[in-house]
Amino acid sequence: MENKRGYYPISENKTAIAEGFRAGIPIGLGYLAVSFSLGIIARNAGLSAFQSYLASFLCKASAGEYAGFTLIAAGATYLEMAIMTFVANARYLLMSCAMSQRLDPKAPGWLRGYYAFYITDEIFAVSVARPGYLNPWFTFGVSILAGPLWAGGTALGCIAGNLMPERLVSAFSVALYGMFLAVIIPAAKKSKVVAGLIAVCFAASYGAAHLPVIRDVSSGTRTIVLTVVLSAGVAILFPRPVDEESCQDACENATLEKNVRMEAGSAVEQDYTESAHEEV
Amino acid sequence: MTGDFYLYIFIMFVVSYAIRVLPLTLIRKQIKNQFIQSFLYYVPFVTLAVMTFPAIVEATNSPVAGMLALIAGILAAWFGADLFRVSVICCVVVLVAEFFV
Repeated sequence: MENKRGYYPISENKTAIAEGFRAGIPIGLGYLAVSFSLGIIARNAGLSAFQSYLASFLCKASAGEYAGFTLIAAGATYLEMAIMTFVANARYLLMSCAMSQRLDPKAPGWLRGYYAFYITDEIFAVSVARPGYLNPWFTFGVSILAGPLWAGGTALGCIAGNLMPERLVSAFSVALYGMFLAVIIPAAKKSKVVAGLIAVCFAASYGAAHLPVIRDVSSGTRTIVLTVVLSAGVAILFPRPVDEESCQDACENATLEKNVRMEAGSAVEQDYTESAHEEV
Repeated sequence: MTGDFYLYIFIMFVVSYAIRVLPLTLIRKQIKNQFIQSFLYYVPFVTLAVMTFPAIVEATNSPVAGMLALIAGILAAWFGADLFRVSVICCVVVLVAEFFV
């Protein structure tokens, strides 16, 4: 992959921040709704508003934080917490791998560190959709609004969850699951294997929650075991073709499958797809 | 046992940041192992699916409303609604359904 732009001139950085900021608006609004429902879960787990703010600021992971809060509620061990956080966030390993192929090799270490802090499903999707090497200032622009809305929304949910009518709390509590569905269903539409896999997951998860003995295991542990067993099983039964450009491929898959067709991202996404074809 | 909340949060932070930062800084070559590639590819779908059901049905006051939200969310995502819209649709379905159930 060659860098047609060279390293980043200052005027281009300003444009990148502005573009990033625009892309961050719909992301931030989506974050607000979802992190609000996450805050309600944090409150139920016994966290204070500050603690939930801190967790969201530091972790930036809907599924990971959700899993973490349920483990806190269950009084899990620290080891369970570490394993669950790893499993729930395992997809970021793949995204980080994909990002590593898109960063300028000249990008200094601290910049890689900053990038890594903002690898979320949505920010990854809009960042990776841009053509050529990633300009770090674009991701910075996205994070200006999206970052505080995510952490602030969690604290808000934690506080206002107490004040809101029971009916609204009940309605908001499904926002998070809606977001999960928005990530997995588009992939199921494209792949029969993923569609079948999701059906099996639903059935297995339901079974595990109701079968005697197994249902007494904490829900966090059930999620860990089910994830490892089912993912390994499907990886053995339906291995994906090995691609020399696997990370490049992962970029595209992630971009396509996240179904985060942010208005700001859709135009550049097309550019990226074209440039990707040139490179392959 | 119930641990210190700040220690829980610290563990969550260390693990989730390590996952993001280590590949980005250490892996300069591609992962070639087919099993690991496939496993990593499927993990997000399995984790999210397992965490969604039956939890979505148990999260609402009425299980029926949760079930309707699940169906509405699947349909909306299937027909191309983005993340924000799917979330909102699920919430609205629960709000409306619980007026009747």
